[in-house]
Amino acid sequence: MNIIVCLKQVPDTNEVKIDPVKGTLIREGVPSIINPDDRNALEEALRIKDANPDTKVTILSMGPPQADVALKEALAMGADEAILLSDRAFAGSDTWATSTAIAGAIKNIGDYDIIFCGRQAIDGDTAQVGPQIAEHLGIPQITYVKELEILDGKVRAKRALEDGYFVIESEMPVLLTAIKELNEPRYPSIKGIYKAYRENKVTVWTANDYEVDRDNIGLDGSPTQVSKSFTPQGKASAVEMLEGSSKEAARALVVRLKERKII
Amino acid sequence: MNFTLTKEQEMVRNVMRDFAEKEVKPIAAEIDETERFPRENVEKMARYNMLGIPFPEEYGGAGGDELAYAIAVEELSKVCATTGVILSAHTSLGCWPIYKYGTEEQKQKYLVPLAKGEKLGAFALTEPNAGTDAAGQQTVAVEDGDNYILNGSKIFITNGGQADVYIVFAMTDRTKGTRGISAFIVEKDFPGFSIGKIEDKMGIRASSTAELIFQNCVVPKENLLGELGKGFKIAMTTLDGGRIGIASQALGIAEGALEETIKYLKERKQFGRPLSKFQGLQWMVADMATEIEAAKFLVYRAAFNKANGLPYNKEAAMAKLFAANTAMDVTTKCVQLHGGYGYTKDYPIERMMRDAKITEIYEGTSQVQQMVIAGNLLR
Repeated sequence: MNIIVCLKQVPDTNEVKIDPVKGTLIREGVPSIINPDDRNALEEALRIKDANPDTKVTILSMGPPQADVALKEALAMGADEAILLSDRAFAGSDTWATSTAIAGAIKNIGDYDIIFCGRQAIDGDTAQVGPQIAEHLGIPQITYVKELEILDGKVRAKRALEDGYFVIESEMPVLLTAIKELNEPRYPSIKGIYKAYRENKVTVWTANDYEVDRDNIGLDGSPTQVSKSFTPQGKASAVEMLEGSSKEAARALVVRLKERKII
Repeated sequence: MNFTLTKEQEMVRNVMRDFAEKEVKPIAAEIDETERFPRENVEKMARYNMLGIPFPEEYGGAGGDELAYAIAVEELSKVCATTGVILSAHTSLGCWPIYKYGTEEQKQKYLVPLAKGEKLGAFALTEPNAGTDAAGQQTVAVEDGDNYILNGSKIFITNGGQADVYIVFAMTDRTKGTRGISAFIVEKDFPGFSIGKIEDKMGIRASSTAELIFQNCVVPKENLLGELGKGFKIAMTTLDGGRIGIASQALGIAEGALEETIKYLKERKQFGRPLSKFQGLQWMVADMATEIEAAKFLVYRAAFNKANGLPYNKEAAMAKLFAANTAMDVTTKCVQLHGGYGYTKDYPIERMMRDAKITEIYEGTSQVQQMVIAGNLLR
């Protein structure tokens, strides 16, 4: 089976700050990570590979040359190869232009059974790229997958809703989008890290390296207009989230209560 | 001169940090309290090749390097010094001597499963009457046909009782002094080998520190490690590397304590403002951070030297001396900065202070490090 995992390198939004004047993200000095939902998609693909060793997992990403690190990390987790779409011509793409570029690359790869995406990226939160890719390719899609079974030539997925789930079956090829409830992603192995850099299985494709509709990529090919970006006023409150295990959180709560002389 | 980590080392750090935060930190307080050896941490580390970082893939290792290994111990020790020393003792003391001195057969039989993490390693030199004076070994090994028969006991052995493979030192010829000491690879199930007292310690309480007892213990001749009579040299060179591991542990403890303290100083309010706004406390933080940075450079330099085939005996001693001192100094100040709360088990800082102390003692006390450094300068 051939699985293509679409993966995006994003700034770690836990660490990100907003420029108070421009209203945009300050990306300098912010660590870059694999988008969390994409990591779940990759993990599920790797589990399919663990169960069926003849499965091939290919990573596909679009981004600047630095995104190579995210692809190396995915390889260190166990993916077989990686393709990075990187070209000035892709810069400034909105979701339409991004899905156009990625769907074109998938057509160029050709042989696939499952396209796996994360539900959405934490820097844009649109959740549009996955579904758009499926539409470009004319294949079925199941979004918000929280459980997955591979049957003979078919997939059966639980699609999460706010208050329940659908069980949906689809023929392959199919596009799936993963949510964090789907699984607990593995770490890259130390051996995998050294192997990923030694073997360097990241291939970079420019817009000239495959057939893509050039009128629909990059800033010029993006119908979305951003008129203004701003930080919504935070609600004034003194809420403190206690982190850690329930035992740790309970312990921290007791400390806070003692500090305030409540107990 | 280049102060940047390689991309591989950078990724190892990120992975180890993530692993330590999610897998190790949540149980650190519990295992300290109950003195429970964290077998689950060992199993998880094995899965990601963390138990064989600096060894080649052909010997079951991750194909990484000494600095990446030091970083791994550092990151684990930020949240749990116990897990840090389990890794350090296993890698530097259990695996490395086999990698360096073992025959191809010994490497295949012992190093491969150790580096893969299927087995855990330990190192047994210290005896009740041979601590800093390691040459005063009283454990003896006598030739008997195809075997050596070991008699004696070892104490304070890290991973003792939990390890599967032990590097054991014993006198094969009393008349030759240090040249009469030899090293052996001993499996936990060899007849005549048993575990005695498990120590109840001030810190690193979930690390198993055990007495090993050899009563007519039968060790096949092919388990002699290195040449007959070269045991003392094997022990000393192994400890040179081990010191980089312990220095990394000390560095991690200091960094972990400062991270906790910075968080606390920003949260805790007195006189109507966070403690972090008081200049006297800011100065303490600045000094601690500077001390930690200096320790880090010494530790990384020693690891870099080892990775690149450069001398590291003096460098490792300096790194351990300074990093251990830093760990003790920083954790003591961090408890002070936490005030009364720092003295309670509601915060991890008292554990870090208890854990720090051992780094000034094991794998050569701070005074031994000074002897090594001075010995290099004054010979």
